[in-house]
Amino acid sequence: MAQVHLRNVVKRYGALDVVHSISLDIADGEFVVLVGPSGCGKSTTLRMVAGLEEISDGQVVIGDRVVNDLPPRDRNISMVFQNYALYPHMTVRENLGFSLKIARRPQAQIDAAVDEAAAILALTPLLDRKPGALSGGQRQRVAMGRAIVRHPDVFLFDEPLSNLDAKLRTQMRVEIKKLHQKVGSTVIYVTHDQVEAMTLADRIVIMRDGHIVQVGTPLEVFEDPANSFVATFIGSPPMNLLPGTVQGGRVVLADGTAVPVPPGLHVADGRRVHLGIRADNIMPEGHSLPPTAHMAHVDMPVTLTEPLGTETLLFATLAGAEVQAKMLNPRPVTPGERLRFGIALDKCHLFDADSGVSLRM
Amino acid sequence: MTRVKLPPWLVLLLPAFIIIAAVVLVPLLLSLYSSFTPYHLTRPDTLWKVNFPFNYQKALTDANFWAAFGRTVLLLTVALNLEMLLGLGLALMVSKVTQGQRLLRTAMMFPMMFSPILVGFQFKFIFNDNVGLVNNALQSLGLADRAIPWLVDGNLALFAIICAEVWTSTSVFAILILAGLYAIPQDPLEAAKVDGCSPWQSFRFVTLPFLMPFIYIAMAIRSLDVARAYDIVQVMTNGGPARRTELLWTLIGRTGYVDARMGYANAMGYVAILLSIAFTVYFFLKLQRARRDLGMGD
Ligand SMILES: Nc1ncnc2c1ncn2[C@@H]1O[C@H](COP(=O)(O)OP(=O)(O)O)[C@@H](O)[C@H]1O
Ligand SMILES: [Mg+2]
Repeated sequence: MAQVHLRNVVKRYGALDVVHSISLDIADGEFVVLVGPSGCGKSTTLRMVAGLEEISDGQVVIGDRVVNDLPPRDRNISMVFQNYALYPHMTVRENLGFSLKIARRPQAQIDAAVDEAAAILALTPLLDRKPGALSGGQRQRVAMGRAIVRHPDVFLFDEPLSNLDAKLRTQMRVEIKKLHQKVGSTVIYVTHDQVEAMTLADRIVIMRDGHIVQVGTPLEVFEDPANSFVATFIGSPPMNLLPGTVQGGRVVLADGTAVPVPPGLHVADGRRVHLGIRADNIMPEGHSLPPTAHMAHVDMPVTLTEPLGTETLLFATLAGAEVQAKMLNPRPVTPGERLRFGIALDKCHLFDADSGVSLRM
Repeated sequence: MTRVKLPPWLVLLLPAFIIIAAVVLVPLLLSLYSSFTPYHLTRPDTLWKVNFPFNYQKALTDANFWAAFGRTVLLLTVALNLEMLLGLGLALMVSKVTQGQRLLRTAMMFPMMFSPILVGFQFKFIFNDNVGLVNNALQSLGLADRAIPWLVDGNLALFAIICAEVWTSTSVFAILILAGLYAIPQDPLEAAKVDGCSPWQSFRFVTLPFLMPFIYIAMAIRSLDVARAYDIVQVMTNGGPARRTELLWTLIGRTGYVDARMGYANAMGYVAILLSIAFTVYFFLKLQRARRDLGMGD
């Protein structure tokens, strides 16, 4: 059990900074997910916490110790790797018990810990197999088992589910969440998949180009994205962004369509902005949620439909930009059909067109 | 007259069959046959006197033969293990070098570029009791007060031969083990670090198992090499003094070409080949097992 603190942590490869002075405080027992596009420095950050990568500048604190100069084995962490990184020449049992054997625990204790982990992860029938004779999902569970036998202070996961098929991924996601509820250790989890991030995290850390862009609970980052990058990265489908200019309390889009500035926002005339609307907040009339106090209406031609069962995703065009909207209680829509859409303005966002910063803050 | 019409596949394969028969099969059968005769090079008619197990019986009861056999096994065991350890050390060091690694790898192969005969002469000179480097160095450093008879004392001579063997062939191990080091996946090594391994433990429990297949390949290659060792020994000691560095093939060569007793030499040759085959099979089985342990198929 331990907190983890990153204090102005930098990672430099030669002259190239790949992690720029990031700071983050993680509470004891917290499940934190680092999420961001490929190459944004998530793995590098995690590996600095693990001790697999040297820390170029700043401090990493685990518990109450600065661990910058400690090798991984003195940090009491365990890590699950993307490619599982099992020892191919050892059986599942040996893989699971390896860290305890290295720590010179008595054999009886090792056996007990291995059996316990195997029971939790349903690995008991596989204990005498080698990793080569396991499926991807089974290897994944062995990798997790290897991490939990040690009862580490901190669990580190680096995209542990990205090599699994979609169904198994969903299943393992639930397993990981249950495991965390049972073990209660601090977890730092890296993924590029925003759905994984949303479903698992107590707190999400969104990274981009080696910077932390926003930290918050899944709901906070969903409802209050700090900038247009977060807005389009979190949530599926991504938030629609419509370029426009503010004039007299309205956002005027490229083709002259005007939509009132969302309530509570005060923006100077002439400012170039992006109007951000999630698909859930723009729906055709008659197929929407009950209207709220702040509604705006637009007419749009539908270009494409994606029926999803209980709802249909509509692709429409507004002021030359593609807009994704949701249709509840769907009826068939033919491409080219013009529909009248209601926009729930109080759920909309404005972002500065140049910096992308949300104007809600 | 009807011409026999051979099937086309046979016609196509015939040249290969004929060549193989001419260069491999006939000599093999001939030597095998002659090993059952008292064939003497200066008396060709002896080739026609078959005396079935005589030469083999003689070899298996000959103390000189067994001494050479034992010495060959000893040389093989000592040289291979030394080369393995040194090669492993060398490969590990070279793999850590970041600059000029190519150059080092090339330099590492130098000993393999010299003819074993030349290596034999060079080491004969190095270990010469009067003008040799070793004795001069030992005496100048005050480590020895008189000349050590390196190539005269039986044990020391074997030691000198082992030095020459190790010098020429450590690089075989070093290069193969280096290839193995490059092929090791990084993930399990990182997992081992996180699992609490010290650098030594990582090496012992992860790196080494990954290297074993490469080590066994090198062992198999080198065991064939050493089991037929002839040139270096011939040049350095000629099997002497008084047969105390006699190996199987120096004994066979002497029996066949100096004493002209080719039938007997061939019989010993076949026993020696069995030894080579035994070592190869042994290392091959070890290799297979090491690969299976790594989950690398059967
Ligand atoms: N050894 C290295 N040398 C130079 N650049 C590296 C090295 N390792 C990673 N990088 C760079 O650091 C950046 C972050 O990588 P990484 O942390 O693996 O990203 P991700 O968020 O996908 O896990 C990438 O742009 C990558 O190219
Ligand atoms: Mg990564």
